[in-house]
Amino acid sequence: MRLEVDGMTVYFPYGSIYPEQVEYMLELKRSLDARGHALLEMPTGTGKTAALLSLIVSYSLAHPEQRLKLLYCTRTVHEMEKTLAELRLLLDHLPQPARSSLLALGLSSRKNLCVNPDVLSARSRDSVDAACRRLTATWVRTLAQDNPNVPTCPFFEAYDRAASTGAEAVLLPQGVYTLGDLRTFGREKGWCPYFLARQMIRYANVVVYSYQYLLDPKVASFISKEMQKECVVVFDEAHNIDNVCIEALSVSIRKQTLEGAARNLTQMSQQIDRLKATDAGRLRAEYNRLVQGLAQRGNLAITDAWLGNPALPDDILKEAVPGNIRRAEHFLSVLRRLVQYLKGRLMTENVETENPVSFCSSINSQAGIDQKMLKFCYDRLHSLMLTLEITDTDEFMHIQTVCDFATLVSTYARGFSIIIEPYDERMPTIPDPVLQLSCHDASLAIKPVFDRFQSVIITSGTLSPIDLYPRLLSFNPVISRSFTMSLTRDCICPMVLTRGSDQLPVSTKFDMRSDPGVVRNYGRLLLEMVAAVPDGIVCFFVSYSYMDGIVNSWNEMGILQDVMQHKLVFIETQDVVETTLALDNYRKACDCGRGAVFFSVARGKVAEGIDFDRHYGRLVIMFGVPFQYTLSRILLARLEYLRETFQIKEGDFLTFDALRQAAQCVGRVIRSKADYGMMIFADKRYSRHDKRSKLPGWILSHLHDAHLNLSTDMALHIAREFLRRMAQPYDKAGSGGKKTLLSEEDVVKMSEGGLDM
Amino acid sequence: MAVISVATRYKITVKDAGIPGVLKMNEERFVFQPNDPRSLMKLNIEFRNIKGHKFSKDGSKQALLNLTQDSEKGTGYIFEFDNFTDRNSCRDFVGRVLGKLQSVPARPNDQSVPEKPAGPSFAEQLSTTEMERRIKLLREDSELQRLHKQFVLSGVLTESEFWATRKALLGEDGNHTTKQRPGFKSAMLADVRPSADGRTNKVTFSLTPEIMHQIFAEKPAVHRAFLNLVPSKMAEKDFWTKYCRAEYLNRTKNAVVAAAEAAEDEELAVFLKHDDILANEARRKIRRVDPTLDMEADVGDDYIHLPDHGILRDGQKDTAETETEVSRRTLSQDLNRHAAVVLEGRTLDVELSDTRTVAEALARSKKELSSNEKSEENVNLERQERVARMTELEDLQGSREPPYASLCIKDPREYFDSQQANALRALGGTEFGTHILDSSLSKEEAYRYLKEQISEVKSRGLKNPVIRPDTALQVFSGLSQHLSSTRFQLGKNPQESALDRIPHRTKDELMQHWTSIQELLRHFWSSYPITTAGLYNKVQRVKDAMAQIYQKLQEIKESAKSDFRHQVSLLVQPMLQALDAAFAHYDLEHQKRTTKSGAKPNGFVK
Repeated sequence: MRLEVDGMTVYFPYGSIYPEQVEYMLELKRSLDARGHALLEMPTGTGKTAALLSLIVSYSLAHPEQRLKLLYCTRTVHEMEKTLAELRLLLDHLPQPARSSLLALGLSSRKNLCVNPDVLSARSRDSVDAACRRLTATWVRTLAQDNPNVPTCPFFEAYDRAASTGAEAVLLPQGVYTLGDLRTFGREKGWCPYFLARQMIRYANVVVYSYQYLLDPKVASFISKEMQKECVVVFDEAHNIDNVCIEALSVSIRKQTLEGAARNLTQMSQQIDRLKATDAGRLRAEYNRLVQGLAQRGNLAITDAWLGNPALPDDILKEAVPGNIRRAEHFLSVLRRLVQYLKGRLMTENVETENPVSFCSSINSQAGIDQKMLKFCYDRLHSLMLTLEITDTDEFMHIQTVCDFATLVSTYARGFSIIIEPYDERMPTIPDPVLQLSCHDASLAIKPVFDRFQSVIITSGTLSPIDLYPRLLSFNPVISRSFTMSLTRDCICPMVLTRGSDQLPVSTKFDMRSDPGVVRNYGRLLLEMVAAVPDGIVCFFVSYSYMDGIVNSWNEMGILQDVMQHKLVFIETQDVVETTLALDNYRKACDCGRGAVFFSVARGKVAEGIDFDRHYGRLVIMFGVPFQYTLSRILLARLEYLRETFQIKEGDFLTFDALRQAAQCVGRVIRSKADYGMMIFADKRYSRHDKRSKLPGWILSHLHDAHLNLSTDMALHIAREFLRRMAQPYDKAGSGGKKTLLSEEDVVKMSEGGLDM
Repeated sequence: MAVISVATRYKITVKDAGIPGVLKMNEERFVFQPNDPRSLMKLNIEFRNIKGHKFSKDGSKQALLNLTQDSEKGTGYIFEFDNFTDRNSCRDFVGRVLGKLQSVPARPNDQSVPEKPAGPSFAEQLSTTEMERRIKLLREDSELQRLHKQFVLSGVLTESEFWATRKALLGEDGNHTTKQRPGFKSAMLADVRPSADGRTNKVTFSLTPEIMHQIFAEKPAVHRAFLNLVPSKMAEKDFWTKYCRAEYLNRTKNAVVAAAEAAEDEELAVFLKHDDILANEARRKIRRVDPTLDMEADVGDDYIHLPDHGILRDGQKDTAETETEVSRRTLSQDLNRHAAVVLEGRTLDVELSDTRTVAEALARSKKELSSNEKSEENVNLERQERVARMTELEDLQGSREPPYASLCIKDPREYFDSQQANALRALGGTEFGTHILDSSLSKEEAYRYLKEQISEVKSRGLKNPVIRPDTALQVFSGLSQHLSSTRFQLGKNPQESALDRIPHRTKDELMQHWTSIQELLRHFWSSYPITTAGLYNKVQRVKDAMAQIYQKLQEIKESAKSDFRHQVSLLVQPMLQALDAAFAHYDLEHQKRTTKSGAKPNGFVK
């Protein structure tokens, strides 16, 4: 359908539209008009992505002179696929000239895009990257020109040959390309899809990629460097964006890292010695380059670029590399001293917390490395590795980590702390020293994004409290709004279960969680529900270890066997391959009518991006409140920083964090208004007002007072009633005066009515 | 060779000491004569009562021969011989005799399968598999068996004629698809729990063939090990003992001991190590997984969590345990694997009796499955479609054309009976058919009504007309409806059919005749035009049989009680008509032939 939003034609890929989508588009358009940032919370199940995509694409069609580009950031690759599928749907509904002018593509790592079977046989991402470099690095290709026995990648060579005749020769035809489509295209043409995609993002109207391609300076510096200012950046499902930001700037160093780094250094010094003997000119050339101050980049071949500087580009001084690390052997000895110093620090028996400034000064006094040298460590290392023509980058991960650390610690004086722990306090008997540089300030990583691009849209189903995010990320949105959901019927049914079938309270509070009574009550709850609820049920637990423990106890108690009488059981494990297959099977089980239960972990990978909509999830049980491990030093340091800088109370932040995770977990059950699902918060703490009120409004508005303090039998009764009610046919367009589904005429009428008022 | 006589001991059970005596066998029967003349254990049994024979392996403890009478219950006659040569000669003899007996496909006293070819026309040679299939069909379908008995055994049709019209049934998969196959059990049988007796340190695992089957299906490495090791390297019992040992170690989470034992014993290590077959399978499957839930791709794209980057120990993530050579299998892995196997739902056709056969059948079915796997392209296409379907918001989309399911009628007879009733209702007009006249009044009501009427007449006097015309019409049509009640009452309930209203015996009889007539008519019409003498004979036979049934039908029709006579005749009428048509055709052809061929008497076609 086609509708007018604020005087602009918007193409929408469906026959009807929800009123909140129209509102959402209106707000979005206002922020685009104002060229400012926006923060929009819209409940899950209202077609956020579809509304976003159709408005922004329509906007860029209506304003061709602005040459807007959409950078759509998703958290995960599978969300990327979903977004691209929606985009393809939209493309089919665009008018003709626009349809054939749109190019949209997803971008991912080599691991997901490579089609060269030799490279793909490598297991991990890093080894795929290294295997690719081994075939495509400039010096390898130069060698191969003289010696045909040196293997190269046929796909890249073909691509490069085509590209050498001009950039137009290697354009992708217009359309929407998922990762799979890119691979297919690459295979057909014989071109490397990865480098093709890297090249094509310059020409594409819509680029869909993961958060880190903008937020993590290591990746952003070589992927997103060339994006123009006229970009609309969308962070979808952005409720965790602060965590992504701080993770992007955090490094941890363990004993293994330092040992590996020492090995790397030995290897490099051997290489330098060899090079001195054979080709001293190359080292000299590097030296001269460094004198002139260009650390590198700019004119590097696309295949040689690898993970960039961990610090943000603006924070790196545009200066020449300090003289005392210009010579390769000098630099190596600096690194050796650094590794030695870090080793010494790791030997500690007590937990130590330090800020970057004092850490740097103690490095200076004890190892004789000043802050400026530290700051250039990463770039200097990069340059050296290029000079030494090292292709096995995966083997040199350790020394890179150390240099990352050095650069970060010397660049930022605020917002970071260094924590050295001799052991994990949950397992004090096992010595496992770690030196962690942890970032506390989420605004650091996202700052360049806000500065650089004209509009940044942060949106999610759960951004409550909505005033907190601008503070955490320190930006000023022109629009900040939380939408409510107009429902045709009460298709979500949240409940708070405080007591088990024996009327005793249930909770995952630390002192209660291992109580066999609580474990049994949780088990009974699940058992009753699997017998009553059709199709899929999802259970979220507060952590892996808790899930492991409780599932094992259920197995011992025989509860698991009883559950299996009704539904198949699948579990999320730490192994992603296994979890993916389990999910796939879970869907199959729901499709074929057998029904299944999926056990998952809040804050886990599944909770982050897998939808359990429709029959894939009729009920979510959240066992416990997913608080972070509050004794963690890093968390404590972060809380302290938040209190000092933003005046956010510790307790408030912890509750906020736990409840956004819980809301995120339960929000996965619903995708449209035709869908329905129940949510059980099984912990007595949810009944307290201070916890509950942190839930997003669209859940709260459906949480009746009568559902705040339930026991298992009452919850079962409500569930039965709810399911019976949902099974009835209903009027999709909404009854009475309140329309919940608008047709094209309705939208026209509504906008006219709006003008009248 | 016709008679053999050996000294032996007869045993009722294997553990029995046995009664010494002499076993004599000839081609028809075997006789056991105890050495002790007072003993009552004399046997004199015909071989045709023997279904099969079992024997112990050469070189095992006892030289046994078991002549089984009933393979399911395992009853039989067990003889123990002094040495294997005696036993073997007896065994060979029994084998020959039984082979001979069983090669004649029918046994006259076998009630369940009366397929003895009585007709002289039985001349064709059938393979044993063909024969078995026919017997199986007859056994499964009682109606077929009845028809077979009625026509083939009485000589109306020959065996081959009978089966010629049922080629589809005999086809390879004809009887496979119809049978519903049970799925895999949801219960986790493979998670064998040890039971301790409490007094000693011994734990006991009990395994049944079904459990073993599940173990094989869920743990391909164990399956492979079994196929490789068991007959050649170790006995089955040792194999399972080792398996249970490994399970026990795993259960007690004693990683150190497990590692130590695995290092010493390579067979035990098989059970404790990571299952490489599963790992390979997982890698193969992950490529076909729905991209909207592919978390592996996600990890491949994640540069924030480079090793040692990101936040390591903030209490959100649990630290990963260090991998050892003997990897610990977790309950979660077992659960996922179990559910996946259940979902695949492959079961074996073989009976779960012997572990070896189970293992082999499973290997076969796996091979089949892997060869059936769809091509990469199809999978991709399917995946794309699914993703596209998943992305659409259903209620915004508006309705699409309703999905059609192909019609599958499980029991055609029931279906068409109810349809017939519907059709009748449509014919009978809807006005009367839709509401039932409640004509049943209690005495009091009738009396009261009459009284009212009378009082009314008294007060108003007789009017003309006495009865209102509309009431009269109603009563009239009600009565006429009652007369041809089937016409009007049938359609009201689809479950009810005309057949249910007539007595059970008559109904059965009618149904039987109906199927027989169908069979005969099929043969009758399919033999036209008559081109050979054989066909002519067949038509003659069929016609005679039809005439007999015609007679019987007439009898049924006449003998039916008055209540049902109308209905029965309604049912019988179409049958009679069909037969009449056949007879008319026969007469016509017969006439034609006699006029054409003139004097030729028996209608041989030129």
